[in-house]
Amino acid sequence: MDRPLTQHIRPDREPLTLREYEQVGGYQAARQALQAAPRDVTDQVLKASLRGRGGGGFLTGQKWSLVPPDDGSGQPKYIVANGDEMEPGTMKDRWLLEGQPHQLIEGLLLGAYAIQARVAYIFLRWDYKLAARRLQQALAEAYAERLLGAHILGTDYQLDMVLHTSAGRYMCGEETGLLNAIEGRRANPRNKPPFAVTCGLWGRPTAINNVETLCCIPHIVQRGGDWFRSLSRSPDEGGTKIYGVSGRVRHPGLWELPLGTTARELLEEHAGGLRDGYVFRGLLPGGASTDFLVAQHLDVKLDFSSVEKAGSRLGTGTMVVLDDRTCPVGLVLNLMQFFARESCGWCTPCREGLPWLARTLQALEDGQGTSADLDLLDAHVQTIRMGHTFCALAPGAMAPLGSALKYFRRDFERHVADQRCPWRAP
Amino acid sequence: MLTEQEQQAIGEELRHYPQPRAAVSEALKIVQRHRGWVSDESVRDIGAALDLTPAEVDSVATFYSMIFRRPVGRHVILICDSVSCWIMGANPLQAHLAATLGIQPGATTADGRFTLLPCACLGACDRAPALMIDDDLHVDLTLEKLGELLEKYA
Repeated sequence: MDRPLTQHIRPDREPLTLREYEQVGGYQAARQALQAAPRDVTDQVLKASLRGRGGGGFLTGQKWSLVPPDDGSGQPKYIVANGDEMEPGTMKDRWLLEGQPHQLIEGLLLGAYAIQARVAYIFLRWDYKLAARRLQQALAEAYAERLLGAHILGTDYQLDMVLHTSAGRYMCGEETGLLNAIEGRRANPRNKPPFAVTCGLWGRPTAINNVETLCCIPHIVQRGGDWFRSLSRSPDEGGTKIYGVSGRVRHPGLWELPLGTTARELLEEHAGGLRDGYVFRGLLPGGASTDFLVAQHLDVKLDFSSVEKAGSRLGTGTMVVLDDRTCPVGLVLNLMQFFARESCGWCTPCREGLPWLARTLQALEDGQGTSADLDLLDAHVQTIRMGHTFCALAPGAMAPLGSALKYFRRDFERHVADQRCPWRAP
Repeated sequence: MLTEQEQQAIGEELRHYPQPRAAVSEALKIVQRHRGWVSDESVRDIGAALDLTPAEVDSVATFYSMIFRRPVGRHVILICDSVSCWIMGANPLQAHLAATLGIQPGATTADGRFTLLPCACLGACDRAPALMIDDDLHVDLTLEKLGELLEKYA
């Protein structure tokens, strides 16, 4: 099985140096692409049917196609690698960032060339210290070898690449919050439209792509969009996917597998199923802001369209498993506390609504809930949705709550009826 | 007053952005690296260096969780309290840590050795529960491992 993104990652060892990376075919794609038209890169990426791996699932080639051509103003266009990875339950980009920084740099260089950006930022979350060190080292190597800077590989193309390590806030992963963060502001969201592709950093066209998405690009350019598409088990979406599993399973971890691998295969064959004495109850397929899937969904293919049909989102593709000895109300409370704490406070439904919901869930957990509280939770799931809030943070928080109320309703009701959490010692 | 070293490091950062404001989070981190935290005086000094008002600098400083506007201990413990770690026992771990150190989450020990801060997902969910001490990530933690771990940070 092809594992283009991770085949050269060596556990517990330093990542490939530039020279080693080149020995396994690294920067071949860049050499190839920079001799051809920028549009060729985008065309291959379109052919590859690569959908964004940060959670949105937007077609990468399409995003790049929306970046306007040079307007002759002399002002640069930008591209940003989104390495904020703060979605609870998500640890996939860390693997790529720590494991093979040159792959990301090459992918970002190719993306930059495709849209003719002059400056690229790698937006890295504060806590990824090892990744930061390795990226700085790889960037220095790339500059020294003229793979970055002026006259890249002897062409007229010029690109500066900068590592921007943030200072910790979930909102930075949201596209427009990220733009504000780089500009040195609070990471509040911006109104859309205009979209970043036309009006991003300092009002200039800016493409923002997830780390895993960009790591796919060198392989697509080198081996072709059709090849990449054939890696997948899903008809309309190409590539492999870094899947992850956490929770009380035998072997929590990360695997690069064909996109469209089923939840059951991932959970049972790769993660080894639940630990002895634990029974599966449900899973969040792609981070904290995705709807629960339950036993009836285990044969769903983990691709964007199939998971959506099942009522959730693929999100980041790193699942969190709920077992029978963990209280679903407590789990949703934990998530709600996270979202309430990370709300930027910009719009009212999020700033006021999420803490209110966290308090209501806490009351249920503490045995002080009433059946009216369940109605209140239901009402908020209906009210706090896209179109009523400035960005996707608060609607994202409703995903696990709404689906938990649907699939684990009896557990919520028991908290009210028994006036205590059934999972806590009496 | 910013030291020459701090000014120089901030100057380096300015080269990466078309506007000085963009260097503000880096400037805050530079000062914090040298002094442990960011005082009111430093907020004013950074403002002066980047042509921003103190309020503009503070609006950024107070937004990001890893900028400390109060003094912290010699070592900062960031304990993940997000979902995967929570499932795997982050709560008892945090309670044990607080009891061992004799402080509430958010506080600093009397000897100034440790500050304990609960934090959002550290991206080590497959090795939960996890925490960071200063720049080091520690994973697959148990109550037994904790004591040994703390000994390494004098």
